[in-house]
Order: sequence, then C-alpha cells, then structure tokens
Amino acid sequence: MKVKQVSIFLENRQGRLAAVTMVLGSNDINIRAFSVADTADFGVVRLIVNDPNRACDILRANGFMVTMTDVLAVEVPDKPGGLAYILEILQKARLNIEYLYAFVEKRSDNALVIFRLEDIDTALKVFQENNVCLAPSKEVYQL
Amino acid sequence: MWNGEIETLCREHMREIQTKRLKSVVRRCYENVPHYRESLDSHGVSPDDIRSLDDLVKLPFTYKNDLRDHYPFDLFAAPRRDIVRIHASSGTTGKPIAVGYTRADIELWAECVARSLACAGVTSDDIIQIAYGYGLFTGGLGLHYGAEKLGTTVVPISGGNTKRQVMLMRDFGVTALACTPSFAAYMAEEMRDSGFLAEDFKLRIGIFGAEPWSQSMRHEIESKLNLCAVDIYGLTEILGPGVSCECPYQCGLHVFEDHFLPEIIDPDTEELLPEGEIGELVFTTLTKEAAPVIRFRTRDLSRLYYEPCACGRTLVRMERIMGRTDDMLIIRGVNVFPSQVEAVLLSVGDVDPHYQLIADRSARHMDDLEIRVEMSEALFNDEIRKIEDVEVNMRKEIESALGISVKVKLVEPKTLPRSEGKAKRVVDRRDL
Repeated sequence: MKVKQVSIFLENRQGRLAAVTMVLGSNDINIRAFSVADTADFGVVRLIVNDPNRACDILRANGFMVTMTDVLAVEVPDKPGGLAYILEILQKARLNIEYLYAFVEKRSDNALVIFRLEDIDTALKVFQENNVCLAPSKEVYQL
Repeated sequence: MWNGEIETLCREHMREIQTKRLKSVVRRCYENVPHYRESLDSHGVSPDDIRSLDDLVKLPFTYKNDLRDHYPFDLFAAPRRDIVRIHASSGTTGKPIAVGYTRADIELWAECVARSLACAGVTSDDIIQIAYGYGLFTGGLGLHYGAEKLGTTVVPISGGNTKRQVMLMRDFGVTALACTPSFAAYMAEEMRDSGFLAEDFKLRIGIFGAEPWSQSMRHEIESKLNLCAVDIYGLTEILGPGVSCECPYQCGLHVFEDHFLPEIIDPDTEELLPEGEIGELVFTTLTKEAAPVIRFRTRDLSRLYYEPCACGRTLVRMERIMGRTDDMLIIRGVNVFPSQVEAVLLSVGDVDPHYQLIADRSARHMDDLEIRVEMSEALFNDEIRKIEDVEVNMRKEIESALGISVKVKLVEPKTLPRSEGKAKRVVDRRDL
C-alpha cells in the first residue's frame, strides 16, 4: 500500500525545476503528482511518477540529489468535510503528518491525497481499521 | 614623533643597529631554542656566518606551522619564569599558537605602539577608545599599554556593544578610536541610525587594523566619522599591533625596523625581491626576548619603499596589505582556514564534504562569511525542517569552531567550482 515518492533537493534559483522536469520528460518519466516545499535558499520537490526507481537513477545520473520516501495515497471523499474526516482519524490516533498534497486526478469518486506521516506503519493500520481506502502503489503510478 | 632619533635615523646607522641585533638574535635563538638549532644546522648555517644584513637570506624561514608544532612554549628563548604574559591566536584545527612576552618585551611592545599612535597623530591630550578585544587577542592589551605609555587617556571598552561604544564616545568626548576598520564602519552606521551627526563627536583620529581594508573603505569611514583614518599592522607571531603604522600622509606603513626587520620574497621561488616589488612579507624580530622569530613567513602580500616620508621618518614603509598568499581569510580580525570548516563538516556526518568559503563585505562594511556546502546523501532529507536542522547545526558548530558568526547555505551537488580536481575553497569578494 505504500507509495514510493521521489524527492529532489533544489537550490532556489531560476531554471532548476525546469531542469528536473526536462530530464524526466526526455526519459519518458511521467509525473503523476508533485509538490514543492521551499525556503529562501532551497526547496524540495516531491514527485509521484510512473517509475520511481528508474526516475531516481536517471536523476542521480544527471547530478541531482535524490531520495526515495514512502508515502500513502489516501482516498478522500470528494465532498465537504471529506478531508476533515481523514484528519480526525489521524488526530485520534495521535499520528503526526509531515506534509500532504493532492492529486489532480480522482480515483473513482474520491480525491486522492498523498500523506507523508511520521509513523507510516501505524497510520496504515489505523486507516485500515477505519475503512479508509488507500490506493495501491501500482495504480497510483499509472493514474 | 615618539622616538625621533630612531624614526629619522639615516639608512647607514639603521643598518648598523640592525646588523648588530640580527647577529645577537640569531645566536640567542641558536643557543636557546632546539628548533632553531636544528633548522640552522640542517641548512648548514652557523650564527658565525651572519656578519651583515646581506647574510639574512642564508637563514631558513619560520612558518606558522613551526609555531603550531612547538605549541605551546617550545619556541620560547627565555626561561618560563621570565615570561610575564602569554597571548594566543586562533589555530586551524582548534590548536592555537602561543606567544610569550618578557617584561622587556612588554616594554618594547608599548614603545612600538606609542610610536604608532604618535605616528598617527595621537598625543597625551587625546582620549582614545580601544574597541579591540581585550584578552588573549593582542589587539586590546597591545594598544592599551602603548596608549598609556604615550600618556593618552585610555577608555578600555574592548569590542562589542555598539550602542554603548557610541554613547561613551560622545559622553567622554573621545578623540581617537582604535578598532578594526569594519567595526569602525559599523559604529558609523550605528551613530547615524541613532540620529547622531559627526559634529556630536570629537573624533579626529582612527587607528584601524587587524584586517585588510581598502582605500575606498578608508574614505568612507573618514567622511562618516569625520576623522583621519590610519592603518596599523601587526601579528601575534611577531608582536601584535605596532609592527608598523601609517602617518597622516597615508603613504604606506612605517615599519619599526630597529625591532622588526622586513623582507619581501617571492612566495613561490622564495627569492628576495627588490624594493617596490610585490611579494610575501617576511619578518625577523631583532629584539624580542621570549619569542623571537627568524624570517617569519607572514603570508601577507605587500611591498617596501625605502625613500623617506614627507612626515620626516626615514623608516622603511610597507604598502598596506594587498592580499594573502594562502587560503586564509581574515574575517572581522579573526583568522579563518578552510580546514576548520572541513573538520566541522566531517564531524556533523558529511562524509566527503564539498564546500566553499565566500567572504563578502556588506553595505554596512561588516565582513560576512558564507559557507556553501554541497548537499550529500548523508545530509539530505525529504523534509524541509530536517534540512534546516542540519543547516542550523552546521552553522552553530562552525561558529563555535571559528569564533565568528557565519551563514551556511546548502547547494546542489557538483555546483561548487573545481579546477583540475582541486576545489577552490575560498572566494574573497571584498574589495581590499
């Protein structure tokens, strides 16, 4: 159920994000979802792609600093209070979220949100106990 | 002039004094310091071979490393009981160098600083604010003793606390200021920000040193503080401040060459260079008792002029320091070596650190040091917060190792320039 996310360290200067997307594009890596977190000096780009292992290799070969992280792709009811419902489950279980970001695509009728959690294994269990649907990694990569 | 007789001596007489003292110091080093004995022996030179100043070139050089290797007291030529004070300067890997002073050395130092201050135009009617750090650093106490000897009213405020510096400067009617040029510029900004005008102060002379500075910076400080700014030079290994100092003509620093014999050499070939050519400044102490040094390689770039100055002094003049022969940076008066930064990076878990030190001077004329570190597997984390923790931790460790504040910037891999496989560790963007 864990989804592999590719994270890249980038300096906060012109053209760096474009460089990443160009390298991936020319190697037929398709970006499924992404988020950028930044400070004044640097940023971390997080990507869900169709082939995370190959994407990592390609990026490394092109001189980027890359790391792979396990995240969860959570199906969130696409209606008012949908995300609140999921967050409440995590709060009750006292699980900390490091960050989250949404897919543009939907899975069935639900929005898909990437969760990076402090304790991913406990979170996995808690989500299952509460019947929260998680998208399988293979599907996520091909969305 | 504090010592008019010496400071206007004709060249011939000066050489006589220097020759006599050189012979004596070489013999004293040879007889009392095992390092010098071994060094001279291995170069096949005996103290008897030193008959004139021209024989100076026969003597082997002394390097900063020699002082470090014999830390703390092994280069002392006087018995420990005769040492009345020890100063120390920062070292590359946490190990400093220590320099001892006998009572006569302290007296000699005071004499040289008194000459320097008088050379700058300071008299016993002045009130001098000494804003160099007091302590192991030679700046504060060095200026202090000389100023007292001259009879100047001393305000021993030491460094830091800019607001208080400005307040006392105004309240006491301070007329002379001694500190690093960057601190002087910083104080000028503080005055302006506090709403003061130059007329609120009685400053007339600034004695600035312990770090390289440019002519344009001089002009700016002079106009902002409404004073005449002169350059004072010195280094712990030789004495501390007071090895040489400018006069108000500002055409080079008068070297107190009856005590400190200067040479300019080509740092690569180690050949002596003729008058007026730029090279590495080398000093031999002629009179110091506790820690004499023979042909000390300062790594400072300068040149010498022997024609008398308009002020009447015949002492040889050295050009203000034009740069460094090695990678060492002087930031806010503190020596900074890339190796210190490397040691810290290794200690915080960076396996193969790629880094660069960038010195710059901000609009407020304070020296800034930015340390760029290439992101590596060991340091990278997916979370911004953890990367920031790495940055903060690095900065704190580096600051504690160097003793000055720095900025740390993490950069992408392979972005720092490498030339022929060797990294360019230091970039100095200051206009010196």
